[in-house]
Amino acid sequence: MLEIKNMNTYYGNIQALHDINISVKQGEIITLIGANGAGKTTTLMSMSNVVTPKQGEITFLGEQLLTKKPDDIVKMGLIHVPEGRHIFPYLSVMENLDLGAFLRNDKAGIKKDLDHVFELFPRLHERRNQQGGTLSGGEQQMLAISRALMAQPKLLLLDEPSLGLAPIIVRQIFDIIKRINKENGTTIFLVEQNANLALKVADRGYVMENGHITLEDTADNLLANEDVKKAYLGI
Amino acid sequence: MEYFLELFLGGLTRGSIYALIALGYTMVYGIIQLINFAHGEIYMIGAFTALIFASVLSILGWPALAIFVVATAAAVLYSSAYGYTIEKIAYTPLRNAPRLSPLISAIGMSLFLQNYVLLAQTSDFLPFPQLIPDFEFMEPISHIFSSAELAIVLTTVIVMLLLTYYIKFTNMGKAMRATAQDKTMALLIGINVDRVISVTFIIGSSLAALGGVLIANHIGQVNFYIGFIAGIKAFTAAVLGGIGSIPGAVLGALILGWTESFATGYISSDYEDVFAFGLLVLILIFRPAGLLGRSETKKV
Ligand SMILES: Nc1ncnc2c1ncn2[C@@H]1O[C@H](COP(=O)(O)OP(=O)(O)O)[C@@H](O)[C@H]1O
Ligand SMILES: [Mg+2]
Repeated sequence: MLEIKNMNTYYGNIQALHDINISVKQGEIITLIGANGAGKTTTLMSMSNVVTPKQGEITFLGEQLLTKKPDDIVKMGLIHVPEGRHIFPYLSVMENLDLGAFLRNDKAGIKKDLDHVFELFPRLHERRNQQGGTLSGGEQQMLAISRALMAQPKLLLLDEPSLGLAPIIVRQIFDIIKRINKENGTTIFLVEQNANLALKVADRGYVMENGHITLEDTADNLLANEDVKKAYLGI
Repeated sequence: MEYFLELFLGGLTRGSIYALIALGYTMVYGIIQLINFAHGEIYMIGAFTALIFASVLSILGWPALAIFVVATAAAVLYSSAYGYTIEKIAYTPLRNAPRLSPLISAIGMSLFLQNYVLLAQTSDFLPFPQLIPDFEFMEPISHIFSSAELAIVLTTVIVMLLLTYYIKFTNMGKAMRATAQDKTMALLIGINVDRVISVTFIIGSSLAALGGVLIANHIGQVNFYIGFIAGIKAFTAAVLGGIGSIPGAVLGALILGWTESFATGYISSDYEDVFAFGLLVLILIFRPAGLLGRSETKKV
């Protein structure tokens, strides 16, 4: 469904990504793990074309993304929950969710999806009139994922959803991620520093170091890999 | 008492004009964190466009009110085109440059437009015809509040209501609020941020043009420099109210209008600007974010 070929991305003169190759199949949960500063966020930003890669190809559902504007990419169903959640701080929970469906016009469908996210995260329903900026970190992450669901993702990009959250909240959020994959059939591309957690929910994984993909395997093999264990699993 | 009322209404009129211009500053700042120093010139160009159209149409013998409508529409269209083009030429290429660059570009644009009008027209004040007739029902109070002033205040009130509705309820309005709060996220939910920026410039320019026509009609003359003075005052109002805040711009404009009007009326007209800018300094000392501004919260 998504194919990245020989992608190089720069910030000014500094090359952040080197020759990246990634492929994602329909229905999979793929994870990209790596240390802070490895280039994971840049990889996602390149897919959404918020940062434009200098060379390479990104094909999504048979179409080239590099020449598309970010809003066209959203329209195609590639939805990105960025690192740090990026909740609109002065808009209510409802308004944030409403903006997730910005490009949609099907009122009935939007209503249905709204009910669905409130069922996934009843807490958001309780807080629906509260300003986004006043939510706790966990609630903001729930809202960020829900807002993405309101866009009807075919491929959902999640950038460090566990960042800064208490373990119990993290578990809850990862359960929901699995549910979204199973029940909605949404393909998931999960970026994490928490490699242990990510590899446990993922089908396959990529390991990134200093802007290079250094390993690519099934999640189970990566969990068993000695180098991965040493570098990322703290074993 | 009547003198007080006259000063109050005079301040309201000034404040309304400042508000029409200040909204352009504050909306653009809210979206791209840029002080568009060329905004005052947009106001001036609006007034000149109306003057040119009014001159031609009055030679053709049109009635005043029809001239007013057409000249105003032309002013709004021309100024919008200027605002849109300025953004594309002077700011878009500098979107990712250090913050000082677009600011310098803005000042350059302002000087360029002033001198362009100076050369194309003249440095003298040109008389602007009275297009809004003196309404009969205003007769009893016309010595303290003219029909032209009434038009200014009424137009401003209507425009504010429309703008509030637009920002709150239309898709483009929602996109504007989202873009102002988080540009990256706006892109990621599928908002065409370039279009939002263009529309913001067009709305701001239209409001400034409206202000330009109304004030020219009220004062009866224009020259190439009016945009500079009005621009600085409106900018002061926007900062006073909290730059980036729409209600703040209106509040700041009214306070500034009344301060100037009362200071001029009760103390001396020599001190008009001293009071205006003194007020600004005070606010910036005690409330750096302005009256309704949000203090800079760190963005994660
Ligand atoms: N906006 C930016 N401008 C310049 N350099 C950046 C920017 N964002 C990230 N970088 C650099 O690119 C590299 C990769 O960063 P990032 O993709 O954020 O890594 P990760 O998400 O894996 O922590 C880092 O060296 C970082 O300093
Ligand atoms: Mg990151």
